Amino acid sequence: MSAALDTVPEERIPQGSPLRKLLARPELGSVVGALAVLVFFACTADGFLRASSLGTVLYASSTIGIMAVPVALLMIGGEFDLSAGVMVTSSALISSMFSYQMTANTWVGAGVSLLVTLAVGAFNGFVLTRTKLPSFIVTLGTFLMLTGLNLGLTKLIDGTVSTKSIADMQGFPSARAVFASTLTVGGVDLKVTVLWWLGLVVLASWILLRTRAGNWIFAVGGDREAARAVGVPVNRTRIGLYMGVAFGAWISGQHLLFSFDAVQSGEGVGNELIYIIAAVIGGCLITGGYGSAVGSAVGALLFGMTSKGIVFAEWNPDWFKFFLGAMLLLATLLNHWVRKRAEAAK
Amino acid sequence: MTESKQAATGSGRATASGPSAPAGTPAETPAGSAGGASGAGERVPLVELTGVAKRYGTVRALEGVGLEVHAGEITCVLGDNGAGKSTLIKIIAGLHQHDAGTLRIDGEETRLGSPREALDLGIATVHQNLAVVPLMPVWRNFFLGSEPRKGSGPFKRLDTEHMRRTTRAELLRMGIDLRDVDQPIGTLSGGERQCVAIARAVYFGAKVLVLDEPTAALGVKQSGVVLKYVAAARDQGLGVVLITHNPHHAHLVGDRFVLLRRGTMVGHHTRDGITLDELTRQMAGGADLDALVHELGRD
Repeated sequence: MSAALDTVPEERIPQGSPLRKLLARPELGSVVGALAVLVFFACTADGFLRASSLGTVLYASSTIGIMAVPVALLMIGGEFDLSAGVMVTSSALISSMFSYQMTANTWVGAGVSLLVTLAVGAFNGFVLTRTKLPSFIVTLGTFLMLTGLNLGLTKLIDGTVSTKSIADMQGFPSARAVFASTLTVGGVDLKVTVLWWLGLVVLASWILLRTRAGNWIFAVGGDREAARAVGVPVNRTRIGLYMGVAFGAWISGQHLLFSFDAVQSGEGVGNELIYIIAAVIGGCLITGGYGSAVGSAVGALLFGMTSKGIVFAEWNPDWFKFFLGAMLLLATLLNHWVRKRAEAAK
Repeated sequence: MTESKQAATGSGRATASGPSAPAGTPAETPAGSAGGASGAGERVPLVELTGVAKRYGTVRALEGVGLEVHAGEITCVLGDNGAGKSTLIKIIAGLHQHDAGTLRIDGEETRLGSPREALDLGIATVHQNLAVVPLMPVWRNFFLGSEPRKGSGPFKRLDTEHMRRTTRAELLRMGIDLRDVDQPIGTLSGGERQCVAIARAVYFGAKVLVLDEPTAALGVKQSGVVLKYVAAARDQGLGVVLITHNPHHAHLVGDRFVLLRRGTMVGHHTRDGITLDELTRQMAGGADLDALVHELGRD
């Protein structure tokens, strides 16, 4: 009797075809969007498909992508981080000022910066889990505080809005090689940030799909109470995710510093939204529990292609934001539609 | 009154289980002292609550509730909405702590700080919302919170092959044939999800299975399937706490019945001590129901 009962719904469910499986991938919307943008600019912008342009596009994508990866993980875990943009600047400022003021090796400055930035991330997570306030409010607070600290402390210590040059400090050349060098691969000039970006995508995908922590991230974002009830360390996972964003901010911050030798203290404001946009275009569900690291990378790539494509097409860059907004809407609609179809067909 | 009843059934079962029992048990059962000398040979309940109370601020959610769960038995907790059933299981599951009274697990007095602690002591709870994450695949849900891993160091990873295979096999044992354990668990029917949650608890070696309204949202047939698996879990030697407001379902499978009303215990019966009709009447409010019948002019 039970056999008959239990097989009835099974017969009504069509077997998932490979196409259906493909449609159910979170990255699909962003891949379709990226292809469309590629074709669009290939047709309208001269030189968009040239090898030299590839390096430029990838560099623009990677500076967004390095942060979009941990932000995507955080969003899968069901939270936002509005402080991610200025945290990058904070990280660069700490590194630069510590090295300059203490006349220390730039690597020591970078190390101190890593610790402080991770502490800021942990602070976000800790306040969030303790107070149970929405992450929007908590990180908005951190965002404003960091913005103020960046400007205030820089002016207080250096007297101007930018830091002093650390180009002649010990360890500068090696730090620049790690964070801001250019490699030539097959005739294409690639910034080292592209490698950092790819590395982070691989690492994040590994964590998400193959580790216990990854299972917890999906669970915490999908249904926090359910996760807690089966013994998932919910708060630890959330704090860890914020520290992941801080780690991304540290890499980006060091790149910001070592591509030049000084940092403007007012930078970074507004970038947090760009990271979120890249993650959402890449298929992260705004409510959490769904998304992928690869998707965020495609979202960042789409971003890089649009920002540079407009330049190659010799359009007024003022149009960039319009394009971005339209793309965000389209990609989200596409993701929504695809997921609905995939779930209905299952 | 109820004490003597439990002692009677308790000793009856103990003699059935083996003659060697009286030697060891009296020392380790502080609970037995209440029942006096006759308590010798009584089995230690897997979970025992005595005089448990819980307040939320000034609201009294539970007061003086007692309950015991034995291996291979089903203890049903019955009550209307707001009777305190959910609070009671949250205490057993480690989600809330009791304010007064005692909670004994295997005879030892404890206070559970978290669901993890309860799980480690062998108490698995299947919540009304099933504690599954709808968007996650069935196999990830099955192992959520207790994921098996292989490899070592930084390459320690989920044993996904084992996870998929085990999920499929365990569900097959419960009669659910999922061709695709990769589908999001949200796409399964309510009864199937309930069975996945029960299978998960049984697989992870739960000694006590706490089920919160497993049949509440289900149709008649699906309820039957779920009750069958509840009985199957009992036959495997688990102690089961079944929370329900359906006396028919409770009487079908239950060995003990605890009736709650507005946070207090209004009845404690064993299976042979109460009929379905009486259980239904008490559950429906007893005297209150008579008054209602009168009020509606149907008598």
